[in-house]
Amino acid sequence: MKSDNTPGAGAGNEGVGLPRNARLGLGLFLLYLLIYAGFVALNAFAADTMGKSVAAFGGVNLAILYGMGLIIAAFALACVYMALCTDAPEAGGEEGGR
Amino acid sequence: MIYHFTWPPFIVFCLFVGAVLAISFHFGNKAKSAKGYYAAHGQIHWFVNGIAFAGDYLSAASFLGICGMIAFYGYDGFLYSIGYLAGWIVALFVIAEPLKRLGKFTFADALDKKFNSPGIKLAAAISTLIVSIFYLIPQMVGAGALVKPLLGFPEYVGVVLVGVVVVFIVVTAGMVSTTYVQFIKGSLLVIFCLLLTVMILNRGLTTRAAAGAHEFRTVPLAEVLAAPGAQALAPDGEWSGRTGEAFPPYVRVKNADGSVTTWRKPSRDATSVVETQTLAKINGVSFVNGLPHGTGKGERDLFPVGQVSKLPDGQTSTGPLGPLQYLSTLQNSEVILWPSEDVKSADGTKTTVYYPKPTTGSAIMVPGGSPTFAGVSPKYKKPDATLKKIDFLSLMLALFCGTASLPHILIRYYTVKDQAAARKSTVVGIAAIGFFYVLTLFLGLGAMTSGAIDLTNNAMSAPLLARTFGPMLFAVISAIAFTTVLGTVSGLILAASGAVAHDLMTNFFRLAMSDHDKVRAGKIVAVIVGVIAIVLGIAFKEMNPTFLVGWAFNVAASANLPALVMLLFWKRTTKQGITAAITVGLISSLAWLLLSGPAYTSVYHLDPKNALAPFSQPGIVTIPLGFLVLVVVSLMTRPQEPAENRAFEVIPSAA
Repeated sequence: MKSDNTPGAGAGNEGVGLPRNARLGLGLFLLYLLIYAGFVALNAFAADTMGKSVAAFGGVNLAILYGMGLIIAAFALACVYMALCTDAPEAGGEEGGR
Repeated sequence: MIYHFTWPPFIVFCLFVGAVLAISFHFGNKAKSAKGYYAAHGQIHWFVNGIAFAGDYLSAASFLGICGMIAFYGYDGFLYSIGYLAGWIVALFVIAEPLKRLGKFTFADALDKKFNSPGIKLAAAISTLIVSIFYLIPQMVGAGALVKPLLGFPEYVGVVLVGVVVVFIVVTAGMVSTTYVQFIKGSLLVIFCLLLTVMILNRGLTTRAAAGAHEFRTVPLAEVLAAPGAQALAPDGEWSGRTGEAFPPYVRVKNADGSVTTWRKPSRDATSVVETQTLAKINGVSFVNGLPHGTGKGERDLFPVGQVSKLPDGQTSTGPLGPLQYLSTLQNSEVILWPSEDVKSADGTKTTVYYPKPTTGSAIMVPGGSPTFAGVSPKYKKPDATLKKIDFLSLMLALFCGTASLPHILIRYYTVKDQAAARKSTVVGIAAIGFFYVLTLFLGLGAMTSGAIDLTNNAMSAPLLARTFGPMLFAVISAIAFTTVLGTVSGLILAASGAVAHDLMTNFFRLAMSDHDKVRAGKIVAVIVGVIAIVLGIAFKEMNPTFLVGWAFNVAASANLPALVMLLFWKRTTKQGITAAITVGLISSLAWLLLSGPAYTSVYHLDPKNALAPFSQPGIVTIPLGFLVLVVVSLMTRPQEPAENRAFEVIPSAA
C-alpha cells in the first residue's frame, strides 16, 4: 500500500489525491449516516418505540441508549479510521501557497 | 428571578479573564507573520488542537442552551447534542484531509486552489462573513444573559465586555492565543461538567424539597374562595376561556396582602385547584403574582422550581446512583414540570401563567416533549403534524451537515502540521465533544430535579444547578460559561477577519500587501467585526441563542457543504458551479429563515401563521438545492477539452 497515494506532482492536486483514505472515509461515513438516519427516522415516525425500555441496560429506554450509542459509535468509527489510514508523505507544496 | 451581586463569582470571573489575557500577552510577540496570525504557523500539537476544537465548537448555546432545554422539557435537548456531535463525522471522514491538503489560511483557499477564480473567492468570503456573524449574535446574546445574574450588570455590559476581551485576544496574537484560550476553555468545561455530573449522581434523586423551598398547594376551590380577605376576580378577556378550550382553567383570587394568586383547575369537574405563578408586563414593569417583580417588601419574585414528586417503590430518597441507574430510576419516577401559557385580559395585558404538571419519567425521556419538537410525538394530532416532522428532519440534517461547513471550525485544520495531525486532532475533538454531550444529559436532568430552576431563563439552569452544590461551584461554572463565550467568539472573529483580509483584500481585490500589512489588515478587520458583534449582540438581546445557532448551521450547511463535497468528489465541478452553489445556498437559506414563523414572531413581531415558509428549518430543501445548482451549472459550463477532464472522472482504483 505504498504506490496508490502519490498523486502525480505534489502541489495543487486534484480532489481525490488519496484514494485509499478517501474511500475508507466515505465508507465509514455512509455507515454512520445509516445509523444516524435510523435514529432520526425512529424519533420522527416512531417516537413510541423510543420509549421502550431495554432490560439488558437496567431498563433504560431505547431513546437514551440509541443516542448514547451514536456518540460512542462516532468515537469508535473515528478510531477505526485513524488506525486504518495510511499516512501520506507530507506534500511540502503547502508552505509556499501561491 | 432576581439575582444579587456576590463577591465569589466576581473574583473567580476576574481570575479567569486575567489568565486568558495573560496567555494572549505571552504569545503576543509570536504572531508577526500572516501564517502566524491566521494559522498559528501550523505548529500546534494535534492534541492541543483537538481539545481546542472542543473549545471552539462547544459554544454557550451548546452548554447553556442544551442543559436548559433538557431541564425544561427532557429528552428533546439531547437531540441537539446528538446532531451537533454527528456533524463531526462529516468533518472527519469527508472534509478534514482534503481541506488540509488544499488550503492555506481559509476554506476559500481550499475551494479555490484548483480554479483561482475571483467569483469563488468573493462568494466564499461573503458566506464566511455571514455565517460567522450569524453565529456571533447568539454568543454575544448569551454573554449578556450570563453577566446579568453573575455580576449583576445589565446585559449590554456583558456584551461589551466580551467584545473588548475577545478583540484583545485576537489582535495580540491571532490564532496562537485563540488556540490556547480554546484549549484551556475546552479542558475546563469538560472537567468541571464531569465533576458536576459526579456530584449529581452522588446526590441521587429525592422527593424531599430543598430547605426553604416554596410549597405549591393543591386545595379545594371552596376553601380558596372562603379564605379571609380573599376576593375572586371577574374573568375578563381570555380568562373566561380561549378558543378550543373545553373549560376555562384559571381562577384568579386577590389575597388580603394585595397579591393575586392564579389557581388552575386540572379538569372540568375537579373540585381542587393547584397554585400557579404568573408574570405580566404592564407598561414595561414586571409583575409577579399581581405585585411588582422584586425581592423587597410588597414585591414578589418567582419561586425556583424543579422537583421529583414520586420515586419508584414509594422511596423518598435513592442515595448515590450509577449513571444508567440514574436514568432508569428517573424513567420510573414522576417529576413536576412547569409548562407556561399566555393569557390575554380584556385590556390586552398578557399574563404568562406557569403551572405545575406532574409528568411521568417515561414521558420525559422520549422525544416530543418540547414545543420545538412536539410534532414528532404520536400524541400530536394537529393538521400540521407532517410539516412539523419535516421540520424536525430538516433540523437534524442541518446539524449533521452544518458542523463541517462552519468557517471557524474549518480554519482550525490549518493550525496543525499535516494531514495525519489533522486527523488525530479531529479524533481527540470528537472524544472530548462526545463525552461532554453525554454529560449534558445528566446536567440537564440534574437541573430538572434540583429545585433551582428559573422559569424565566432556561439558559441559567446549569449555573443554578451548580449553585445547589455551593456558591463556589456556581462561581466557577459561571466563569467557565463566560470563557466558553470568549473561546468561540475569538474563533469566529478570526474566521471573519481571514475572510476579509485574506480572501477579499489580498486575493480578490489583489491589494499589494506585505506580510506585515496583511497581519495589520487582519487585526483592523478583527476590531471592526468585534464592534459589529457588540452592536448586534445588544440589538438582538431578546432572541433565543439556541434558535439563532440553528440558523447559522442551516446557512453554513446550505452555502458551503455542496461546494466542499462536490469539489472533492466530482471531477466535473466547475468554478461557475461552485460560485453558483454558494450564492444560491446562501440566499435561499437566508431568505427562507427570514420568512419563517420564528422570524415573524421574534424579529418582526407578526403573526407566525402568515409566514411564507411552510416550516422553519430550510436545510432539507436548501442543502439539496445547493447540490442541484452545482451539478446543473457545472454541466452547463463544461470546459472545452473533454478528453483531459475525463481522465479524472474515474476515481483511481486501488493499485
